[in-house]
Amino acid sequence: MPDLNKVDPSIDLTSAHEHQDFSVLSKVAVAIMVIGFLILSIAVFGPGAKYPKLFLFSSFGAIAFGSLAYTFLTYFLSPSGVKNNHITTSALTAHGWLAWIMAVGLTGFYVIHYWWSHLFENWYRMMDPLSFYVRGKQTEDWIFYGVLYTFGVLIMGIRAIVKYRHSRYQIIRTCMVIFSQFFLAWLIPSLLVYFKEPEAYVNYFWPLSFKDGFPLHFQSLLQEPSIMAKFLIFWSLGLTFIGTPILTYYFGKRWYCSWVCGCGGLANTVGDPFRQNSSKKLISWKIERWMINSVLIFIVVSTGYIWYVAATAGTLKINPADHYLTKSYGFLIGMVFSGVVGTGFYPILGTRVWCRFGCPQAAILGFIQRFFSRFRITTNGGQCISCGNCSKYCEMGIDVRSYAERGANIVRASCVGCGMCATVCPRGVLNLENGPREGRINKPVSLSDIINFEEDK
Amino acid sequence: MKHIVIIGNGIAGVTAARHLRKLGDDKITIISAETKYFFSRTALMYIYMGHMTLQDTQPYENWFWEKNRIDLIQDKVESVDYSEKKLLLASKTEVSYDSLILATGAKPNMFGWKGQDLDGAQGLYSYQNLQYIEERSHLIKRAVIVGGGLIGIELAEMFLSRNIKVTFLVREKSFWNKILPNEESAMINRHIFEHHIDLRLGAELEEIIGDDSGKVKAIKIKDGEVLDCEFVGLTAGVSPNIDFLKDSDLNLGRGIKIDQTFKTNMPDVYAIGDCAEFEVPLEGRLPIEQVWYTGKMHGETVAHVIQGEEKTYKPGTWFNSAKFLDIEYQTYGMVLGQLFDGQETFYWEAPNGKISVRINFSKETMAVEGFNFMGLRARHEVCVPWIENKITLKEVIENFGAANFDPEFYKKYEAVIVQQYNEEYPNDRVELKTKKGLFSNYIQKFKRFSLTERSS
Repeated sequence: MPDLNKVDPSIDLTSAHEHQDFSVLSKVAVAIMVIGFLILSIAVFGPGAKYPKLFLFSSFGAIAFGSLAYTFLTYFLSPSGVKNNHITTSALTAHGWLAWIMAVGLTGFYVIHYWWSHLFENWYRMMDPLSFYVRGKQTEDWIFYGVLYTFGVLIMGIRAIVKYRHSRYQIIRTCMVIFSQFFLAWLIPSLLVYFKEPEAYVNYFWPLSFKDGFPLHFQSLLQEPSIMAKFLIFWSLGLTFIGTPILTYYFGKRWYCSWVCGCGGLANTVGDPFRQNSSKKLISWKIERWMINSVLIFIVVSTGYIWYVAATAGTLKINPADHYLTKSYGFLIGMVFSGVVGTGFYPILGTRVWCRFGCPQAAILGFIQRFFSRFRITTNGGQCISCGNCSKYCEMGIDVRSYAERGANIVRASCVGCGMCATVCPRGVLNLENGPREGRINKPVSLSDIINFEEDK
Repeated sequence: MKHIVIIGNGIAGVTAARHLRKLGDDKITIISAETKYFFSRTALMYIYMGHMTLQDTQPYENWFWEKNRIDLIQDKVESVDYSEKKLLLASKTEVSYDSLILATGAKPNMFGWKGQDLDGAQGLYSYQNLQYIEERSHLIKRAVIVGGGLIGIELAEMFLSRNIKVTFLVREKSFWNKILPNEESAMINRHIFEHHIDLRLGAELEEIIGDDSGKVKAIKIKDGEVLDCEFVGLTAGVSPNIDFLKDSDLNLGRGIKIDQTFKTNMPDVYAIGDCAEFEVPLEGRLPIEQVWYTGKMHGETVAHVIQGEEKTYKPGTWFNSAKFLDIEYQTYGMVLGQLFDGQETFYWEAPNGKISVRINFSKETMAVEGFNFMGLRARHEVCVPWIENKITLKEVIENFGAANFDPEFYKKYEAVIVQQYNEEYPNDRVELKTKKGLFSNYIQKFKRFSLTERSS
């Protein structure tokens, strides 16, 4: 019989000291970050080109220091756990004035970068010291963007790790996301250029990197004398035709979408404060299925068409169809959809607009996940209390709760396996699992079905 | 076509309505004074803390009700005329019914404390309660919470999110100690302190002191200490919300008296959820069940009963869950602060003092009878059949991996649990046979199957 008196009521009352208020320090941290952005803005008007190192280090340094200090003060000083306080009331994360300013700013940045990139000339010059160091040549248009992107993933990735540090799944996944962006999408392509090899972003392949499936791409790589070029062909084809089906069969689409992909990486780091803004409405799901599959069909048909044209012409060399499709696809999908809308509207529409409505890679992976994979999100018996945290924090707009409260496993094409539903669930109801396909899709109709685990069910 | 009226749009009432719609074509009306649309009461705290909006806590989009032909009336029911079978609403309209389901929920307990009706003294159950707290929050420097249970600790967490100091009065010597055994209870005490909550164990409220305008300004504890505060959260449990049903022939106890098919003593009147009290409780269960899933099961069962099916209420093995600040709690089988006669317990706690596993078992047969998990998620589908099939402690320890429902990459404790078992039972050593994962789950299913084969 347990002894009730064993618990000493006076235990460690000394630890109940007053809660420290760090709001002033937090404001200082935010101020430093804002100063960093101001320095960066000033740089584009000329000083950046004149004093590249000064502006590069002071702006990026202040942004990094300010945001990391803020992260530390906000998330690290209290015990680890779910830390989503004030998300629905903050002007930044709940469609307030800050969200709109940020959306307009981001969208404006993309529009200028796509159509009037010469306006950013001074930023490119500011980046030259770094560019010469890693790439061995001066900054071109998208190199500046790549550095910003990687920097954002790194800093906000650290924030995600601190914020979600009670979940080892989130820690390990975020480390992989940072690794993938830093090495596969930034350092390796830079070093390839440095060593005069063909530049390649090795975490992208057909169909997301649509050009990798076009004849022209093969032609240009085949012309290269280096072994590396042959390897890149092998790598890219291997990921498309072997890696994708096998890995997705075992782990679901998450192996790519929320572990490796740079778009997903940006969404899960820089975009993390906005993940809750994705629409959970049934109508959104309907629109999503039409759109994403239309994009996929467009890519498959146009790729096939270009190969048909190339085959009939008997050459891989540039043909009008290749040129025209590359251009129009690059503009519509690459720029407008994945850039301007996909990232620019993070604060308004949530983080995975592109992944959910437009990405052809996600469409293929989702198709395999839905029909041929061992992955599912298991729901735990009758423990769900329908609170709605899982649905709220699903970046893909899946109404997770509607499955969890019925005890039905979640097997959805769109799920990127970020694991946030399981992370925020207060009752331990959800779990991402790979396992035997038998019984993967279950549809209990009532609670009695769920909790009376009869063998004859 | 009957008209079935449901008073209360909580989980019990709404589940009844949904199942009635699945089963038949009757006219269904839900009346609620609280909100027009169903929301998840358990998520009230998250609305306050800014994790979700009210809309986020609504499991169904607004079109759902019209599509499923469930009429919603937002009004208060003043009285029920059982002989004429009609309701009188606060708006003076009348609604007649063929069948009536009372799912009116509960309200915070008030034990007649002096000053309990002052402005700033409140419980937390309804959306109105939450609005009341929200409106006053900017004035609160210190909140005192009276009653160390599940709602009390939620309220404490809510105030922490607004940087409001919290003093937490718990009458027991240790937090929720009637339900949580000493070790788990002590773990939560420590965790409450870790969050800088001024936890007062063994402390009872003497009175709430108001200022001249009738607002809370302080409280007095039984030992005489006076604490200044602007809010008092009264969270010493809830009781059925049945005041408007009094003074009629409806049989009331603490709640609305019902039989095993949720029928009251009035013809075609049923009661479910937090407001219902079983005349004869099921074995090993309380007469009033006030948890989320029992509300769901009541609703589901009553729908079948109203449609004339012979469905009885079969809640199965008891289970429950909660979250104390950052520590999750799951329980399967009845585990209380004290062991039942003839029981022994196996308890393991991680060195960080935030994760634990308790297995209660029969001294005589060694069959497991209950589990408590703190900070570790367990698989419902494995734990409950282990209890129902009277699996022995030894077998459970050997196969403990099958019950582990923690996310991927989480630290696994199966090996240290086996090690501790071997130290406590050196004559009956075991080895870990089943590791964590879905495969284990299937192996367990197979084992249970072969077990039933053997016994039959």
